[in-house]
Amino acid sequence: MKDALGFPQSVLVLGGGSEIAHATVRKLITSRCRRVILAGRDTEAMTTPAKELRDAGAETVDVIHFDALDVGSHDSFVANAFAGQGDIDLVLITFGVLGDQYLAEHDADEARRIVASNFTGAVSVLVPVVNALRAQGHGTIVALSSAAGERARKSNFVYGASKAGLDAYCQGLGDSLVGTGVRVMIVRPGFVHTKMTEGLDPAPLSTTPDAVADAIVTGLGRGTEIVWVPTQLRFVMSALRHVPRVVFRRLPI
Amino acid sequence: MPPKPAATHTRGNTLPGDDMLLNGWGGTSPSMARVATPLNDSDVGMLIESAPRRGAIARGLGRAYSDAAQNAGGMVLDMTALSGVRSIDIDAGTASVGAGTSIDDLMRWLVPRGWFVPVTPGTRFVTVGGAIASDIHGKNHHADGTFGEHVHSLTLRTGSGDVLTLTPDGTPELFWATVGGMGLTGVIVDATFGLIPIETSLMSVDEERCRDLDQLMTRMVEGDQLYRYSVAWIDCLARGTSLGRGILGQGNHATLESLPKSKRSSPHHFNPTSAIVTPGFVPSGLVNGLTIRAFNELWFRKARHRHVGTQQSIGFFFHPLDMVESWNRMYGRRGFVQYQFVVPDGSEEAVRVAVERLSGAGAASFLAVLKRFRPQNRGMLSFPASGWTLALDIPVGNPELGRLLDRLDDVVLDAGGRVYLSKDSRTRPEHLEQMYPRLNEFREARAKLDPDRVITSDLSRRLGL
Repeated sequence: MKDALGFPQSVLVLGGGSEIAHATVRKLITSRCRRVILAGRDTEAMTTPAKELRDAGAETVDVIHFDALDVGSHDSFVANAFAGQGDIDLVLITFGVLGDQYLAEHDADEARRIVASNFTGAVSVLVPVVNALRAQGHGTIVALSSAAGERARKSNFVYGASKAGLDAYCQGLGDSLVGTGVRVMIVRPGFVHTKMTEGLDPAPLSTTPDAVADAIVTGLGRGTEIVWVPTQLRFVMSALRHVPRVVFRRLPI
Repeated sequence: MPPKPAATHTRGNTLPGDDMLLNGWGGTSPSMARVATPLNDSDVGMLIESAPRRGAIARGLGRAYSDAAQNAGGMVLDMTALSGVRSIDIDAGTASVGAGTSIDDLMRWLVPRGWFVPVTPGTRFVTVGGAIASDIHGKNHHADGTFGEHVHSLTLRTGSGDVLTLTPDGTPELFWATVGGMGLTGVIVDATFGLIPIETSLMSVDEERCRDLDQLMTRMVEGDQLYRYSVAWIDCLARGTSLGRGILGQGNHATLESLPKSKRSSPHHFNPTSAIVTPGFVPSGLVNGLTIRAFNELWFRKARHRHVGTQQSIGFFFHPLDMVESWNRMYGRRGFVQYQFVVPDGSEEAVRVAVERLSGAGAASFLAVLKRFRPQNRGMLSFPASGWTLALDIPVGNPELGRLLDRLDDVVLDAGGRVYLSKDSRTRPEHLEQMYPRLNEFREARAKLDPDRVITSDLSRRLGL
């Protein structure tokens, strides 16, 4: 059960290789979190972070296989994840790919891969996750969206569109779940320095996994529905949203 | 259409009742449960039998501050229909009532007849079942103990379907597991308990303004023998030399001859009403440092330095907050937590540290309530134990609150104290055995009564009871 201050005792991470997820879970362990399930494609790569989380104070850290692209496996994956001992208080959805924008514009396979992972895969696993949380009578979903989804830019619109889809889905989902004990928090970071963005030129107001994790933990405590990281990004994106197209497409962003 | 995933079948439509989102009085951590209202004892048995995989718990008037009467994804039995006085024995001074009977209903029935409940908390809107499950205390704990200590017998419907009559001497283990047992040993169906005879429905009250915590505590100890009821309000925002300043209120039931002649013809008049209703929507953050400082200053100035022999109504003396209906909504959407702990005599310093840290952190709180307890009873999870208890409300929203309260827990533990489970919404499960040394005895009794763990609650899950 989460406590009155919004801190969960157990967390399921979809995208268990994500640095943002590791930073978030580390912070949750310092409050109440004792049980962690890391789910991701590369179970090998998760053994080190799993050990670190155990050292940080988690009682159990399980590593299980999850492939966002293998949508046929999602129902049974969720059934297994929820079959363990005790409730799952928080589901952290951090999987996703940035993809190669240039390639995606010319090669449908790459475009399909980005959308299938970030949007289709997320929706596909969210449906059974929501069913399980509803049956449990409580739970929180934290979905990692992106500032890139707020307004598509020519420099990364395939990724942006996939996150816009996820973001819209989660907004509607959150509203539909009011009164069920299940809630959805959307996180919209700007440019985050991680291995996913390694080698790219950081955008202004760039941030770190640790700062995103802080914002998530604070948001859980306050019951926030949409979290921007950093906070100022909300106003920047709000302004950018209203820039006329003819101007927007000429901006160097 | 593909078959629905198994999860949605765990609570089919065949269960009686309605799905409802429930939360405690503090308005935090809501969860969804199937709420059914039994109308009689056999309904209770039928509902327990049909409880889903996630079990069942009884709920009264929802005054527990957090998740004690919630059961996410399971069943919740709304006990308020099982109410009413079943019998009364004037010679023995006892009453038998349904577990869903509220203290409010009871008082409206008893007071005009010259009787009073043995223990009343700060609100009349709790049920007798809840009073036993929380083993509640009132301003008279130092004199009369908890509600459970006045219970002669109770009927319990266990998770395995048995109907047991429990008494403190006949079945001490199960009785004292149930008293203070947070409803986890089964559903209390009815109870018989002792009453207090009263000559009038008024209270004779002495009030005193105390300039700091030392004076307040000294005066309170001195008054223990003289007054049946005693409580102090502390202004948590006063700092420096005024730290812990407060108002001490002590009283006894007024005697008939102390009443003015005009009131002697109807000495048992009792008709409390709520004067104000909190509006449905209050923004989070209305209760903040500024508004609380203003309120506390007014409250402190309102009391005279020392005032002896005021006559107050029962409602005014015992249940001032009941005059504001739904006052919990003042804290807005995010709600609030109540932190209540007890530390033994000699640990006055822990009380000071708590007041200091909360005022230092600007963790705004309306008046904190300070009270003395007499030694602990035989209840395995009963909260009151000899010493000092401090209770305060804190709005949720300050991101540092969690850590602040964790550190206060450490102070309380070091002093050999504990927090109150009916108020708790955030303590660490790993500290529970230290706070409640008889927890394992309780677990054994619970396992005996309910091997399949049909009876459970969000509180039980959160703290691993």
